[in-house]
Amino acid sequence: MKIHVTVNGVAYDRDVEPRMLLAYFLREECRLTGTHVGCDTSSCGCCVVVLDGTRAVKSCSMFAVQADGHEILTVEGLAQGGTLHALQQGFWDQHGLQCGYCTPGMLLTAYALLQHQPNPTEADIREGLSGNLCRCTGYQNIVKAVQQAAATLGQPVGATK
Amino acid sequence: MIPAAFDYLRAHTTDEAFGYLQQHAGEARVLAGGQSLIPAMRFRLARPAVLVDINGIGELNYARMSDGALAIGAIARDTDIERAPWIGDRGWSLLHDVSRVVADPVVRQTGTVVGSLCHNDPSGDWPAVALASRATVVVRGKNGTRRVPIDEFLVDSYATAVGDGEMALGVEFPVPDDRTAGSYQKVERKVGDFATAAAAVQISLNADGTIRSAGVALSAAGACAVRVDAAEQLLAGQKPSAELLRAASDAAWHRSAPQADLRGTVEFKKHLAGVLVARALRQAFSRLGVHA
Repeated sequence: MKIHVTVNGVAYDRDVEPRMLLAYFLREECRLTGTHVGCDTSSCGCCVVVLDGTRAVKSCSMFAVQADGHEILTVEGLAQGGTLHALQQGFWDQHGLQCGYCTPGMLLTAYALLQHQPNPTEADIREGLSGNLCRCTGYQNIVKAVQQAAATLGQPVGATK
Repeated sequence: MIPAAFDYLRAHTTDEAFGYLQQHAGEARVLAGGQSLIPAMRFRLARPAVLVDINGIGELNYARMSDGALAIGAIARDTDIERAPWIGDRGWSLLHDVSRVVADPVVRQTGTVVGSLCHNDPSGDWPAVALASRATVVVRGKNGTRRVPIDEFLVDSYATAVGDGEMALGVEFPVPDDRTAGSYQKVERKVGDFATAAAAVQISLNADGTIRSAGVALSAAGACAVRVDAAEQLLAGQKPSAELLRAASDAAWHRSAPQADLRGTVEFKKHLAGVLVARALRQAFSRLGVHA
């Protein structure tokens, strides 16, 4: 089936089998391997991407054909012009990752969370990320990273540190 | 972990979807959120030859009050309920509670209420809540649209009253009056897991403080969600009290007929059914300003 998917602003026209999962479409057709496959069964959140700017989805549990005509944001699309996204900067500054395997899913889940709740409490962040597993960090620094990003993004445009 | 091959049909209207389902009756499945179906297909527990994708059907994307009911369309997401402007109202406290514990926060952005009912997992959350709320499912079949009470809708594990070639269009929850409150109590091993045990309760009081009607249902307590008729009957007409709570809790223990699995033994799950019904009743009463 022919599909047209916009990933990080770039249009991809591909002919795919309906059973191809979005995670594999991104990795194998778009060659965007930042989207990781962890549990492969919708339990771990490694493969989360953002659909149409606001909705976090587990790309292992969605078919690529369902993304036809839609926009996908992956971890590769977060940084703009060589500048890290506030979330990425937060993970960097707060040591929000160790092995990094869960990080793309954490970033994109947090991205959708901040779209919905620009000023989340710590409890909101912990709840919002509760479907994403990290086996290294104990989550504390991930929560701090998202708090930092929320504060950065909440600053008026043009404000400096 | 790749599903078996299938044909993919995208519907843009309910008529189109129904046409596809009639044409491929017996071999087609509806694809809504897909948060249960797609993993099942990956494990090859489900091998539909045809998937009819209804995500593009705008007319099924709603959660609105109409004719004394909250009507939820087939592609309304769990988050549409979780984030609804009325979700903090006391009358909707049962839906409030469940909307925060279904699956995990990411899955809830895609998973649907109606899909959960149609999947009818024995340990799912929405079936028990629909029972306690006395919901009605709207099903479209060959002879038109019919309204199926939830007790008739939930047939068996992973089986519902939706027949081959049919589709569920939506579910309706009666709008609670201002002396109604509920509670959903779930024990799960981790966020996103199915219930080890769960209890859904909906209580309406009379002006004199006696119980006008009670809805009590359990998840993970049988082939599919079960109504605890005995608890509902002994609650009706009574004033909330500690003895009443204990009797309802005992009724839940008796009614629960769970399967032992990695989440717990039969004895443990039956014990939880009783404990969770008591907790849910206590919280519902408390929300109504009554302490029992």
